[in-house]
Amino acid sequence: MSVGSAEVVIHVEDLAKHYRVADKQPGVVGTLRHFVRRKHRLIEAVRGVSFDIARGEMVGFLGPNGAGKTTTLKMLTGLVHPTSGEATVSGFVPFRRDADFLRQITLVMGQKQQLVWDLPALDSLRINAAVYDVPKAEAERRVGELAEMLTISDILTQPVRKLSLGQRMKAELLAALLHRPTVVFLDEPTLGLDVNAQTAVRAFLRDYNERYGATILLTSHYMADITALCERVLLVHDGRLVYDGDLAAMVARVAPHREVEVELEQPLPAEQLAALGEIERVDGCVVRWLVPHGALTRTVAQIMQTLPVRDLRVTDPPIEEIIGRVFSEPAPGAKA
Amino acid sequence: MIARALRQARALLSVRYAEMLEYRAELVLWMLAGSMPLILMGVWMKVAATRPLGLEPVDFARYFLVLFLVRQATVVWVIWEFQEQVVQGTLSQRLLQPIDPVWNEVAKHVAERFARLPFVVGLVVLFFALYPDALWVPRAGALASALALTVAAFALRFCIQYTLSMMAFWTERAASIQSVWFHIYVLLSGMLAPLTMYPEGVRAVAELTPFPYLVYVPVAAALDHPAFPVDVPRAFAVMGAWAFGFVVLNRVLWRRGLRQYSGMGA
Repeated sequence: MSVGSAEVVIHVEDLAKHYRVADKQPGVVGTLRHFVRRKHRLIEAVRGVSFDIARGEMVGFLGPNGAGKTTTLKMLTGLVHPTSGEATVSGFVPFRRDADFLRQITLVMGQKQQLVWDLPALDSLRINAAVYDVPKAEAERRVGELAEMLTISDILTQPVRKLSLGQRMKAELLAALLHRPTVVFLDEPTLGLDVNAQTAVRAFLRDYNERYGATILLTSHYMADITALCERVLLVHDGRLVYDGDLAAMVARVAPHREVEVELEQPLPAEQLAALGEIERVDGCVVRWLVPHGALTRTVAQIMQTLPVRDLRVTDPPIEEIIGRVFSEPAPGAKA
Repeated sequence: MIARALRQARALLSVRYAEMLEYRAELVLWMLAGSMPLILMGVWMKVAATRPLGLEPVDFARYFLVLFLVRQATVVWVIWEFQEQVVQGTLSQRLLQPIDPVWNEVAKHVAERFARLPFVVGLVVLFFALYPDALWVPRAGALASALALTVAAFALRFCIQYTLSMMAFWTERAASIQSVWFHIYVLLSGMLAPLTMYPEGVRAVAELTPFPYLVYVPVAAALDHPAFPVDVPRAFAVMGAWAFGFVVLNRVLWRRGLRQYSGMGA
């Protein structure tokens, strides 16, 4: 996808990463063979990926497990050296790990922590302020501002180990953003969080992007993260970029339905249920319809008015399902 | 530049000191884990009391007490930390920051020294209370030399172990290399007995290695005893040369290792 005349902050050209990994068969014989003679195989984690991201863009990086998302992020943050191809972030070659480059970026990995486990988050923030050379008064001001945005002002003096997962993730975000990076990489930032914490993290990221014009590249398994934050998505599968474009267009075309699941007071005849839309599944009192996006409100209202409903849920198809559909029917603009 | 470095050092040291103080019970156990010199002290004192060794029991008491203190001041565990960081991928968090990850490890070690100090002082006071004959006041010059050599010994030991740590980029159990290294260290550093009591050939070999400078030399400087001669300026020169060699090797392995690093698990 073209980024038009906007300034390109992340440039990736034919980037590839291959790993050599040990290959061991199970069992005693496999173990002994592995001890005497190691066998390795080559994993092509990323295979010639190319894209550009403009300043201030929020881009979703999607793909099933092992697709190459995290490896790409690691290459863009300088943690992993590419096998071939090139990448620049804010004009820097990431793997050289220039101090000026590292001051401009951050990488937040869900469930991975940089905060000192046994001390309050404020102690870790003191280190970060010194390491990133943020003046003391300015650091205090930023901590106050970010803590307020994240609603964690009152927990920064508690040992990190005593925080809930959601509180810890927010404190990690604060620590990662204290130096006010202009390029933010997020790898599953809402993994394991409850719905409220997920919503709060999303709202914070949107706010951060608007306030500071930060460029954000985000991977997530939660479709809601992507739909709430990103207009553009990069879809990778098996190390290849298979789609780069507008999220809404992709979802509308590939997954034009939402799922409406209803638990009824008692089972009803199939004809009566079918009159309300395309039925995906009936299991006793539980019925699931596939409803086009445009007809959702009308259909839900009709169900509520005409059926004895005990419970109703509206869900998106799982991300794997949408991705699977993209593979089975390549979208316009796909890059194989 | 200097102001920034000082601020970073202050922040790292104060936070790591606070972290170490969280482990009060562990500090005592870590200190006791280094009590082998006190056991050897008892053995050698017993032997010296029954047969002529050229040294009195009290000389052995002082030798092993100072050895205990030098060991307490030069303990290094960076290889286990670094191995864990590479294998678990947590090194990634350090690599993302515009400061060499080594400084975090240095700060942890220095902070731990200060956290451990009160317990060590308590043990020394207890020792002299139980064995007052061993009490002596070293010359100020000897004490200053011994302190400087102990700091140098810590720096050298850290450089060596941090260099061995780099093998974690290629093997998942780099600490096993340290185990082999530690056995040679025990044999040749003067930990088992004063180096002057070793056979001439073994002593000549030991002096070609960095090991005596890690333990025996600072101990000998503190004791200031004719039985333990030490050339302090030469010792600093040799330690500096070894440290320089290991730092160069370390930087070469670091650069090559980072190309191997895959940030596993993170």
